[in-house]
Amino acid sequence: MADDTAPTGADDAEVEVTPEVAPEELFGALLTRSGGQLVLHPTREQYPALLRTLHEAGYHSVIDLCGVDYLTHPGRSGVPASVATERFEVVVNLINHKERGRLRLRIQIPVDDARLASAFDLYPGTEAMERETFDMFGISFDGHPDLTRILMPEDWLGHPLRKDYDSGRIPVQFKGAPANRPASR
Amino acid sequence: MTTTHDAPINLAQTAEGAQELTSRDIVAAGERLRELGAVLRLSESEALDAELDSVPDDETMIINMGPQHPSTHGVLRLMLELQGETVLRCKPIIGYLHTGMERTGEDLTYLQGPTNVTRMDYAAPLFTELAFSLTVEKLLDIEVPERAVWIRMLMTEMNRISSHLLFMATNGMDLGAVSMMLYGWREREEALRFLQEVTGLRMNHNYIRPGGVAADLPDGWRDSILRLLDMLPPRLAEYDVLMTNQPIWRERLQGIGVISAEECLALGVTGPILRSTGYDWDLRRDMPYLAFDQIDFDVVVGSYGDCFDRFAIRLAEIRESMKIVRQCLENMPKGDYRIQDKKVTPPPRARIDESMEALIHHFKIFTEGFKVPEGEAYVSIESPRGELGCYIVSDGSPTPYRMHVRAPSFVNLQTLPHLMHGNLVADAVAIISSVDPILGEVDR
Repeated sequence: MADDTAPTGADDAEVEVTPEVAPEELFGALLTRSGGQLVLHPTREQYPALLRTLHEAGYHSVIDLCGVDYLTHPGRSGVPASVATERFEVVVNLINHKERGRLRLRIQIPVDDARLASAFDLYPGTEAMERETFDMFGISFDGHPDLTRILMPEDWLGHPLRKDYDSGRIPVQFKGAPANRPASR
Repeated sequence: MTTTHDAPINLAQTAEGAQELTSRDIVAAGERLRELGAVLRLSESEALDAELDSVPDDETMIINMGPQHPSTHGVLRLMLELQGETVLRCKPIIGYLHTGMERTGEDLTYLQGPTNVTRMDYAAPLFTELAFSLTVEKLLDIEVPERAVWIRMLMTEMNRISSHLLFMATNGMDLGAVSMMLYGWREREEALRFLQEVTGLRMNHNYIRPGGVAADLPDGWRDSILRLLDMLPPRLAEYDVLMTNQPIWRERLQGIGVISAEECLALGVTGPILRSTGYDWDLRRDMPYLAFDQIDFDVVVGSYGDCFDRFAIRLAEIRESMKIVRQCLENMPKGDYRIQDKKVTPPPRARIDESMEALIHHFKIFTEGFKVPEGEAYVSIESPRGELGCYIVSDGSPTPYRMHVRAPSFVNLQTLPHLMHGNLVADAVAIISSVDPILGEVDR
């Protein structure tokens, strides 16, 4: 995907104006808004403590946790200027039923040290999601009880959702299939 | 670009250990305690008690169930640790149906996207299409016409009915009520017939697309729905006779696979499993999307969080969906069934013959696709299995940069170790069935 041509201006302006006016914060992490949804940008070090704060503040479920590989799209939108972007992002969606609120965390993960603290102790429901992120992106989660591949076979090489992973075909061999047709025919 | 696929064998990449359930003597005691305590949400002392109660290694046995097992709804594989007939530990092993749909989604344009996502939850395909389309529309910042909104509501509720009827059938079959299987299948076929009338296909419709729906409702759709709405109530009453009020059925399900609301929330579980615990949460009512705020319906909750509640809730939700369908029928507005934005939806066929511009738009949309502004969005809806979300990152090109689907079955499966703990192996089938996982969605 070499299409890195100019993105539309309107959308960028809406997002990037926020940090210029005043770097908004919520629970000690930088806050942006994306289409009416609240997005927090904690650092990797802030992440475990932030989760604890959010858990106490009523965000009692991690609804979703996934990774994004920004290898071919490094100039992403929606990240405050003061946040150093990295190749990977882990995106966590939390829900607060009482206030009917949702919160999204975007955590930057560098490729040469692709690890993040596991949310398992507070939110055991992230067990499968962290395994999936590990399987697909190779991001390890410290403190996860059983960090193994979940969707791919356990002897698989590479992490399929990385952008530099070749999404070609792998040859399939069928048992008992007839050999190639003889050349003379 | 280097390809990790052809990389030389690098053990650091793959030394993740086995996916299978390991036997007791291999797992470190502390780790086992942690797993037990965190998954079962026990306090540390309770977890310690549970550990002390545990049996020596030579009294337990690990058996494998699936992936080719008729009651595992496809290709779910479970490893069960048994002591006699009691399940002590259980680990679901998934991935047998993994086809890399999220990766495929990155190569398809936004218009082609629904053809891909519709194959995830194959029992409720319209819901994944809807979640995908709503997310794309959020990124495009467009609003679809009123009629499209109501058609989407009508169709997804019909799909919810067919999906729950499928659950009735398979749940009955799993527990040995084979006549129920035939009954459920018969009614589901009627619901699918209506979906086919509208979309052209029984399943994998590709009907809900960014910008609206693929086609308007056909002539006579009202009669078809009214016929269905008249037909279903007596059939559901039959289900009550056959199952709900039947002592054998109740014996088999009541008190089996109990989970509490706190455990559900900690595990991120949504949908009928969460509601079966008495927790009152339905996205259609609590965080309304489409026009559900104008609809009058009840959120059905259980009280014990057992298999019977989950069965009863789904049966009651069929009735609630029928109420919603009836309201859609009465309030269906007139107008366009898709947005008249030439940049998003293809022009009508007739326009192509007379307008050069229409032809260009048609050509551009079907070859290159339409571009979506840069950004990221997450939109979720209430599918028959729980919260179904779609997260899309756009880089401004006609294909999503990243397309992730939060599949409810994938998360709900995590309840299995908890639900099975301490139950008999004979109830395992009832428990799997009551979680109602769709493996297409789990593995994606």
